[in-house]
Amino acid sequence: MAATDTPAKDPAAAAAPAAAPAPAPAPRRTPGKGLRWLRRNLVTLAGLATLAYLILPNAVVMVFSFNKPNGRFNYQWTRFSTDAWTDPCGVADMCGSLALSLEIAVWATVGATALGTMIAFALARYRFRARASVNTLIFLPMAMPEVVMAASLATLFLNMGIQFGFWTILIAHIMFCLSFVVTAVKARVMSMDPRLEQAAQDLYATPVQTFLRITLPIAAPGIAAGALLSFALSFDDFIITNFNAGSTVTFPMFVWGSAQRGTPVQINVIGTAMFLVAVLCVLVGQLAGKRRKRS
Amino acid sequence: MTQTETPESSGGDVRLRGISKTYGSFTAVHPLDLTIPAGSFFALLGASGCGKTTTLRMIAGLEEPTTGTVELAGRDVTALPPYKRQVNTVFQNYALFPHLDIFENVAFGLRRRGIKSVAPQVEEMLDLVELGPMARRKPQQLSGGQQQRVAVARALINHPEVLLLDEPLGALDLKLRRQMQLELKRIQTEVGITFVHVTHDQEEAMTMADTVAVMNGGRVEQLGAPAELYENPATTFVANFLGTSNLIAAEVTEAGGEDLLLAAGGATLRLPARRCRTAARAGGQVLAGVRPEKVALAHADDAGEVPAGHNRLTGRVKDASFIGVSTQYVIDVPGVGELSVYEQNIGRDGRLVPGAETVAHWKPEHTFGLDAGQDISAGADLGEEAA
Amino acid sequence: MTATATPAPPGPQPRTEPAAPPLRKTPARKRLIPYWLLLPGILWLVVFFAAPLVYQASTSLQTGSLEDGFKVTWHLATYWDALAEYWPQFVRSVAYAAVATVLCLLLGYPLAYLIALKAGRWRNVLMILVIAPFFTSFLIRTLAWKTILADGGPVVGALNALHVLDVTSALGITEGHRVLATPLAVVCGLTYNFLPFMVLPLYTSLERIDPRLHEAAGDLYARPVTTFRRVTFPLSMPGVVAGTLLTFIPAAGDYINAELLGSTDQKMIGNVIQSQFLRVLDYPTAAALSFILMAAILAMVTLYIRKSGTEDLV
Repeated sequence: MAATDTPAKDPAAAAAPAAAPAPAPAPRRTPGKGLRWLRRNLVTLAGLATLAYLILPNAVVMVFSFNKPNGRFNYQWTRFSTDAWTDPCGVADMCGSLALSLEIAVWATVGATALGTMIAFALARYRFRARASVNTLIFLPMAMPEVVMAASLATLFLNMGIQFGFWTILIAHIMFCLSFVVTAVKARVMSMDPRLEQAAQDLYATPVQTFLRITLPIAAPGIAAGALLSFALSFDDFIITNFNAGSTVTFPMFVWGSAQRGTPVQINVIGTAMFLVAVLCVLVGQLAGKRRKRS
Repeated sequence: MTQTETPESSGGDVRLRGISKTYGSFTAVHPLDLTIPAGSFFALLGASGCGKTTTLRMIAGLEEPTTGTVELAGRDVTALPPYKRQVNTVFQNYALFPHLDIFENVAFGLRRRGIKSVAPQVEEMLDLVELGPMARRKPQQLSGGQQQRVAVARALINHPEVLLLDEPLGALDLKLRRQMQLELKRIQTEVGITFVHVTHDQEEAMTMADTVAVMNGGRVEQLGAPAELYENPATTFVANFLGTSNLIAAEVTEAGGEDLLLAAGGATLRLPARRCRTAARAGGQVLAGVRPEKVALAHADDAGEVPAGHNRLTGRVKDASFIGVSTQYVIDVPGVGELSVYEQNIGRDGRLVPGAETVAHWKPEHTFGLDAGQDISAGADLGEEAA
Repeated sequence: MTATATPAPPGPQPRTEPAAPPLRKTPARKRLIPYWLLLPGILWLVVFFAAPLVYQASTSLQTGSLEDGFKVTWHLATYWDALAEYWPQFVRSVAYAAVATVLCLLLGYPLAYLIALKAGRWRNVLMILVIAPFFTSFLIRTLAWKTILADGGPVVGALNALHVLDVTSALGITEGHRVLATPLAVVCGLTYNFLPFMVLPLYTSLERIDPRLHEAAGDLYARPVTTFRRVTFPLSMPGVVAGTLLTFIPAAGDYINAELLGSTDQKMIGNVIQSQFLRVLDYPTAAALSFILMAAILAMVTLYIRKSGTEDLV
């Protein structure tokens, strides 16, 4: 142990080995018990404070879903009511826009996952020319402010005389979800041992069988992550949709519009419900995983 | 597979003809001819990057040879993809399918070939490798040794003509490795399938294989039975890579008789002419080799007791290390260099301490002669690293 | 290899073949597989991402009106006019985004550290709490800030009672005794919206650090603070770089927070592009502005990546 011949910078460190020829460590200012506890848990407290900051709006959304506001806006607490929960579709057009958003999100997820997975496999499994350019083309949409992509795509549609609506929104969503799928799937495929596929071929599996029975199941978590991300991004997108929707109204656009006209309580009901469904799904998944591990 | 006696059938022979593999400008395997007889346990031995794994993968069909052909049981399979070859592989790190349980891993090959009721065969196979109770576990829940047995079972259940093993024991600890060596040897004897085993561990190759091919730099340096390779190395690489050799640069003073006479460091050494791997003539150079355990030591005071006719070199003990079964000496011989000597610990001579004058001597028939044009230390550091 | 010089040894002997037979080539069909895999997705990106950017560049050089149509006239003045008129919004966007990014880093690091290194069996719960808010539409959550920061609300009340708002008013980041419709509200909203994009990459890189490294640093006489400064933080740099990029880029182009939480004095460049495009219908100006924004951000990102020495983000 070399502690004895290092200059004791830290009295705490020097005090540990009893053999240290005590250069009489200056008695540290002993802070109060509470202060010491605070110092030791500073990181934890700061982290929890950040978490509170992240969750506070969700709590507000949930509480205000039980509000019965006086005016058109739901920003001030008036009194408790479950009206909005018992009649979630009581606002004109809201549930229609919600259904449209879900429909677009599903198709955007399917499209982006299919195209993105193919690109990810090409990048992770093959060497080819133009690889660097492909990587750049995948990276750029993620490094581009949404408003730029939104305006330029809308310019294209305008100039081509294409009617804005469902299809233009879907095209735009697949475009910006694609890169995220590629990134998620590529990471998974790259970390996969290529010998697994060779072993399958060695055990009489044809290339198609190898892909279906080995590659796909092992890459599945990456593909699922990419798909989930696509769904969330598409469902929640406002900026790009706003430029490319024309008169079609998705759920985020409905919320945006209501911020100008008046916010119905039902918006908070939908927001809270989505939050709860998501948490429930995660919890069920966790429990299922735990049970499978135990058996 | 069984070895057939009929001459026109070559059974499960593996025959490589002029097979080679290049990647760009790098040649992994130089054109190579090799015949692996049916039912034999064949080892490809060499340091990493010597081309042994590439050769194995070409037999499996996982790597397409740049030139040459692969024949299995008399059939040219060069153009066949791996899933159409009656060959199975035990991969390095096993490559067990992580999303399938042990049973499904073992059943994989049978199912791919459209066999419907796989359960009896799989269960029998799992019993053979003593993993019956583990059938429903996932690979990552098994220990290294258990995973290794699953990999063997998964390959063997298909009754391949040839089983390829790519460093199958590399990931196991020493004790388990020894145990699995015997286990694999037992299985091979039982099923009679041709085993082709790739390893960098010379001891592993020698314990398990009937025939060993030593590879270096994409070529086979020497091929033969383990004892043959050890006693009669053909190149300095084989001499140094398989165990340790003392290689002494010497000049031929007399050739033509049954023994060659060599001069090294002022002493005369005898080398049986049939054990010399190079055409020797008087005045030429050879490398005289002798294994350390073949050399005996006598203290200088007892020099007279050295049997007549032995090759002898006089020097000084430079270092002595006791390692249990033997004591390893380094002798500094003026004009020759350092000599390694392993003395069995039967009657240790207490006078042989560093600095002591000593005579190293061995029977002339334990000497082998190699071409002097080679790198005298080729493979020496590799051999140590591999062991 | 010297085997050629040796006399035939006993046993089978390999022979090297001098004349090499013809080489085999991989069939063209196999070599084309990656291109087939790439084709649909790349085509999609080229047509709906890259081509529009080019199109937009040409639009920015057009003049005309909605009635008479637009023509490319290489009218570069659009750029100068746009910059001359909207430079305050540009500066504001960069400033707000930069402040929000720094705040995200300061707030996000302790949380990522907590989850990655201190949470133990609570790790999954905390992770869920970070991700779950995502599932409520971010517009709804941003609107909730209107409630939280409302003029008569408890937050503003407390800040007023502590005279914090007097200080911030003097600094020019709030106005009078309110928070809404001030720079503070917009930055607060930006920070909130992009915080998870900072926390997740930070968490990933912190979680990857071998915990023994912290112990080793402690064993080598590093105090906790020194360990963090010399070991933990440098090793988390990839996460810091990724997190700042994922925060700064969308924040600089955002217009939702400025629209919902700010007033006309907090408009960012995104607001201008949006209104030029969707309301004023002055497409050349909108195109020029978004082109300038894109170029500025790409330049800053490239510089930043170079400087932080992690180019393998892609």
